[in-house]
Amino acid sequence: MNDETKYMLKQLAFYTFIFVVVAWIVVPLIVATLYAFAAPKDYYDPNKVIPLHFTAKYVKTILIHLGAWEAIKNSVVVALLTIAISFTLGIPAGYAIAKFIFPAKDTIKLSIVALRMFPIPVMAIPLVILYIRLNLIDTRLGVALAHTAMALPFVVLITSSIFAGVATELEEAGMVFGLTRLGSFLKITLPLALPGLAAAAMFTFVMSWNEVFVASVLTLSHRTLPAQILSIMAGSSGGAAPDYYKFAAAFIMTLPAMLFVFFARKYLITMWGISLK
Amino acid sequence: MKIKSEFLPYLLILPAFAYLMFFVGYPLAQALYLAFTQNGAFSLATVRRAISDYYFWTALKYTLGLAAIIVPTQVILALVLALVMNKSFKGRDLSIYALVIPLTISDVAAGLIWYSMLSPYGFLNKLLMNIGILDNPIYFFGYQFRHMEFLAIVLAELWRATAIVFVIILAGLQMISNEYLEAAEVFGATYWIKLRRIVIPLLKPSIQSALIIRTLFAMQVFGIVWILAGRDIPILAGEGFYQLTEIKDYGVASIYALVIAGLSILLGALYIKFMKAEYLEVKR
Repeated sequence: MNDETKYMLKQLAFYTFIFVVVAWIVVPLIVATLYAFAAPKDYYDPNKVIPLHFTAKYVKTILIHLGAWEAIKNSVVVALLTIAISFTLGIPAGYAIAKFIFPAKDTIKLSIVALRMFPIPVMAIPLVILYIRLNLIDTRLGVALAHTAMALPFVVLITSSIFAGVATELEEAGMVFGLTRLGSFLKITLPLALPGLAAAAMFTFVMSWNEVFVASVLTLSHRTLPAQILSIMAGSSGGAAPDYYKFAAAFIMTLPAMLFVFFARKYLITMWGISLK
Repeated sequence: MKIKSEFLPYLLILPAFAYLMFFVGYPLAQALYLAFTQNGAFSLATVRRAISDYYFWTALKYTLGLAAIIVPTQVILALVLALVMNKSFKGRDLSIYALVIPLTISDVAAGLIWYSMLSPYGFLNKLLMNIGILDNPIYFFGYQFRHMEFLAIVLAELWRATAIVFVIILAGLQMISNEYLEAAEVFGATYWIKLRRIVIPLLKPSIQSALIIRTLFAMQVFGIVWILAGRDIPILAGEGFYQLTEIKDYGVASIYALVIAGLSILLGALYIKFMKAEYLEVKR
């Protein structure tokens, strides 16, 4: 075997590997989407691997009759509230960590990292008692407050790295020309940090959108989408849900996430520090 | 009123910090109260009720077992993927986009998606039967097939959560200076030697943090198991959920929350200890 064929074979093996990996991620998504719209007789036909007849009936049933549309609205409200509260609390803290030098800074940062690791979702269990007392049980605000606790460490850490990326000199120049510290933050640092903050907000949105445990524990009639889907689909209680309803539900849940990846893919990747060459 | 600027950073951090402390501290105190008191006095009755339940130990076993299988596999898989994706080739950006798609997919959705792959009339069974590899479908779901349910959960978790490990390791990989690798090349190091002696040691912090993030989240695994197996495969968060919503036993449910929190703190502490050791090594 000469060098050229060796090289060709190596290339072939390499691209086969890439193909397998990408297929492993993408094929389940395509299958779930196809099956969400497949007519049941095609799905139950053992000879039809890929369905040929399609219907939107089951997606519609889930949206309208099984409460998914209401749940989507709840999810959006909860996610927006979560962004509003966690950014109001998180931006000042992130700014302080990025722009000030003060004693105990490392300890504070480390404890925020540690809090991020704490299983806050599971802590919704004992939280139920407080929520009943405060009339927060089964409210969207209640879920958003718990989601904020989950998202806040992330918001503080990510905004601090965003603010650290904006040159302090610009802010100082603003203050030299008569702006207050707050004024220079609002007029100089904040606009420059906006794209990064938008990406962080989108990620917070997805975090809240996908969270299921807190939402299932704290609500009954104001369920968010994952909680609603879980309650009608789950193996133990709703195992009787026919398969094609499960696929329709999967499609409804996945579509917004896919759109998010599509629109925010560049930000998403740079946010984690990966650069594309 | 002018605030002294040395207090400013603390004032800015205080609201966020207080909020977090409340949402960790209050439920923790409430859980301890619910778990260890009865009629206002200290009592171990609730604890005894929890641990005498068959499901408690099974849930602990399955939660740790799932983590022990899934997490190391994810790290190895992600390491290989990151090494491959760090090369430059045609279609690299597109492949990376594809690999990070699961980052935004919830565990409930991932469970349902894998149900469509693995159900008796699912894609995989029909495909293999039509090619002629299988005569009868492989059953993945139902109590009598719970070993296969376990496998289905592992597959779905590998599919969904390898992405975050991949992203962390790839970011770490890109921080490694090319100069080290070039220097090694000058001295005639092969790919494997470079990998073993330079890349892996420098990646250690990234691998460790990915490992711990995944391990801690594996302790709270819920949606994917609840969708694919229900209580056939009991897990800690699922049992807590079941005790709270079906049995309405707040005390036992709180014990499950405390066990998960305890495991997380224990594993987190081990992690910080390891990380410190790592820093010391670098300094020396």
